[in-house]
Amino acid sequence: MISTHRNISVSPSQSPRSPSAEPFLSVSVTDPVKLGTGVQAYISYRVITKTNMPEYQGQEKIVIRRYTDFVWLRDKLAEKFKGIFIPPLPEKSAVEKFRFSAEFIEMRRQALDVFINRVTSHPQLKQSEDLRIFLQEDEEAMERARSHETGIFKKKPSEFMQIIKDVQSKVSDVVLGKEKPVEESIPEYEKLKHYIFELEDHLAEAQRQAFRLVKRHRELGQSLSDFGKAIKLLGACEGESLGKAFSELGSKSEMMSIKLQKEAHNLLMNFEEPLKDYVRAVQSIKVTMMDRANAFKHHYELSETIRLKEINLDKLTLMRSDKAGEAEIEYRELKAESDEATKRYETIVKLMNEELVRFQENKTSELGLAFHEFAKGQANLSHEVADAWRSLLPKLGVSSA
Amino acid sequence: MMVPADDRFGFGPPPLGEEMESLPLTDGPLGRFDPLLHPLHSDSPSSSPSSPTSSFPDPPSYAEAVFLPAEDSSNGVPSASPRRRSGGDSDYLNITVSDPQKESEPTVSLVPGAGTFISYLITTNTSASDLSGSPQEFSVRRRFRDVVVLADRLAESYRGFVIPPRPDKSVVESQVMHKHEFVEQRRSALENYLLKLAAHPVIGKSDELKIFLQASGKFPLPATTDMASRVLDGAVRLPKQLFGAGEAGSGYVAAPQDVVQPAKGGRDLLRMFKELKQSMANDWGGAKLSLVEEDKAFLTRKERVLELEQQLATASQQAEALVKAQQDMSETTGELGLAFFKLGKFETEEAVYDSQRMRVADFKQVATAAVKASRMYRESNTLTVKHLDKLHEYYGLMLAVRQAFSDRSNALVTLQTILADLSSLHAREEKVEAASSKIFGGDKTRIRKLEEYKETIRITEDAKSIAVKEYERIKENNRSELDRLDKERHEDFLSMIKGFVINQTGYAEKLAGIWSQVAGETSRYASRRK
Repeated sequence: MISTHRNISVSPSQSPRSPSAEPFLSVSVTDPVKLGTGVQAYISYRVITKTNMPEYQGQEKIVIRRYTDFVWLRDKLAEKFKGIFIPPLPEKSAVEKFRFSAEFIEMRRQALDVFINRVTSHPQLKQSEDLRIFLQEDEEAMERARSHETGIFKKKPSEFMQIIKDVQSKVSDVVLGKEKPVEESIPEYEKLKHYIFELEDHLAEAQRQAFRLVKRHRELGQSLSDFGKAIKLLGACEGESLGKAFSELGSKSEMMSIKLQKEAHNLLMNFEEPLKDYVRAVQSIKVTMMDRANAFKHHYELSETIRLKEINLDKLTLMRSDKAGEAEIEYRELKAESDEATKRYETIVKLMNEELVRFQENKTSELGLAFHEFAKGQANLSHEVADAWRSLLPKLGVSSA
Repeated sequence: MMVPADDRFGFGPPPLGEEMESLPLTDGPLGRFDPLLHPLHSDSPSSSPSSPTSSFPDPPSYAEAVFLPAEDSSNGVPSASPRRRSGGDSDYLNITVSDPQKESEPTVSLVPGAGTFISYLITTNTSASDLSGSPQEFSVRRRFRDVVVLADRLAESYRGFVIPPRPDKSVVESQVMHKHEFVEQRRSALENYLLKLAAHPVIGKSDELKIFLQASGKFPLPATTDMASRVLDGAVRLPKQLFGAGEAGSGYVAAPQDVVQPAKGGRDLLRMFKELKQSMANDWGGAKLSLVEEDKAFLTRKERVLELEQQLATASQQAEALVKAQQDMSETTGELGLAFFKLGKFETEEAVYDSQRMRVADFKQVATAAVKASRMYRESNTLTVKHLDKLHEYYGLMLAVRQAFSDRSNALVTLQTILADLSSLHAREEKVEAASSKIFGGDKTRIRKLEEYKETIRITEDAKSIAVKEYERIKENNRSELDRLDKERHEDFLSMIKGFVINQTGYAEKLAGIWSQVAGETSRYASRRK
């Protein structure tokens, strides 16, 4: 399977050289294995890390992780790196039935591999201590880290789904300023907000059609197979040259069916999934926007409070009140907090601007690759189909004596 | 002519709609560009710098062989109308059905719209020329009811033949009947039907068809031969004559040839009953019959035909499913293209970064290709429908074959009935003879009775020889028709397969060209990630 993302790094096999070689960090997610039984069953993955970075123990480390571990990592990153567009994770499976289908498992594995590689290639995220824990700690330590979480991240996956949904709707309200009339009034940012929301709609539509296209390939494949069988039976009734012609037609038809099923899978993994991934990425941006809105609100409210406190303090000072001292201390504390909030807000703004540039660039190349795979797959399919049908013609020409 | 652009991936920009439609078509399905008749050379226009990714040597390109404007279905190659076969000498060069008109006839009815019907103009060109030496053309007005009559008359006159089935009656209210779509469907179906009749080697020359196509004014043929009313008295008397009961020699005797027609219609109930009894006896093998369907060759053939019918049913069904799947593919591909066009437009309006602008170009490329591909699928499908329609057609013909088989078994039953009657007559005759001989001088009544029996027997013997001739005739019709059917079916199916495969090949090549181009233009994204 073609993984759409590989780490842009040097080959890991040049470690014997001096340790001052370029720092690299290469991760892959492989070998899904079903563990546990019944309702408790889940899939575990091997996460292989190859690195020469000093913070990491040794050159290669293999750990076993499951989906909820990835969720833990994502949540920690979201907590600590506000302003950064956190790479999106594949969704929890909505339908129980497909949780263990080969296709779903492969799609998820690919998406997790993409996720972890995006994290390790992000200039800030790759320095995360939580990332190191995720990549290096043994399974028990990971388990402990996961279950010792406080706050909203200690929820079960199903609850988390609900939280995500709530967040999404809250994000819309907050970001679009529906909640309270406390919002930044930066025109470019307003424009960006609407861009992001509309973009999500357009992308979702494209992804829907892509998914339908996968289905159409499957359906066409099935009908070619059925048609081939029926034609072969018909050929058995007719004799001699016609019977043979029908038989050839039927066989080719069945062969075509197999090619179509293959292409359906290729389309799913290398075209539809990247589009879905794009949608998720946009949703991640919306979360960052919510963080920014909250940060702004916090900063704004504190600034307002500070202003009033300042006026009050001046008044008290002027009146030589004995409350002035207290007020002064209060004021200083609040000022520190306010400065903190402002700094946080400004960091987010700065990070977002950088992230946006990266985002657009990455998306162009990732989408471009998806388009390339799509076109290549379709071209190959059509070539093979043309070849197969064409090879029949001399046989038909000969037999039509 | 397609000129290959110097695009490293072979196919130049796929032809636009206008270019495609101006490509020359040769007429007639057999005259079409048949790549097998042309040497496979590599300098055929679109095959030289072909396929980028596969390494096959210059194949002949069927891409040009399959161009057809999609919208005009009546232009279709192959057409639904039966084509002239080698050795066919139909008198009718062409038949067209057109100009549906609403007409009315006097009727007593409270139902609104009753008494109105649609008539069609039927124009026929014949190969026979009139006195001035120019080919004749006939124009008549007919309504659907006339077609039903024609079909019924043909069924009566051409027993044993595989007669093309007529269009369905479909029970409709007078109001619905005037709806444009329905009328158009019916018009087209009538045209196909008449053309098929004309193409049949025997029926094409029939009087019934001639009268239908050429007699001006109202269609003159009555609904049935109305044998029943002619023979009404005879029909009632028939059992009396055959069983010899009561007054004999009472004037009217059924003409033998009328006896020989299968008993159908409500008036001939008595005979129907007798023949039914006979056919049941046949089935149960109870009666001793001197004539049994012992033509093993025929029975084997019949079995094969029924087997064929079953396979045709399935194949016909799967062909429909295939067509639907291709249709869906076309639609979804088109919608995908549309979604990308919208994305491209959106990003163009909102572009802030250069990377976005680059992306816009990609969107447009993929969108254009998808829309083109959608059109390719749709056009290919239109042709596929026409090709695979042969399956539906021959499946429909199976009904006519069954009818031909029925004609045969009916004729056999008629013959067997007569034989049974004959033997019972003989038996009775003997009994009377035996009784008379015991009385000296004979009994006047008994002698008269004997004479009546002898007379009846003579008539029945005549009927028998006619029935035998009829049965043999129908048997021969069956045989020659099945031969003809086999031959035509073989030809048609081979041509269908060829056409289908050429079509699929050509369109697959076009699709490959469309997508190869996009793959080429986007290949820079792939090389980054090696």
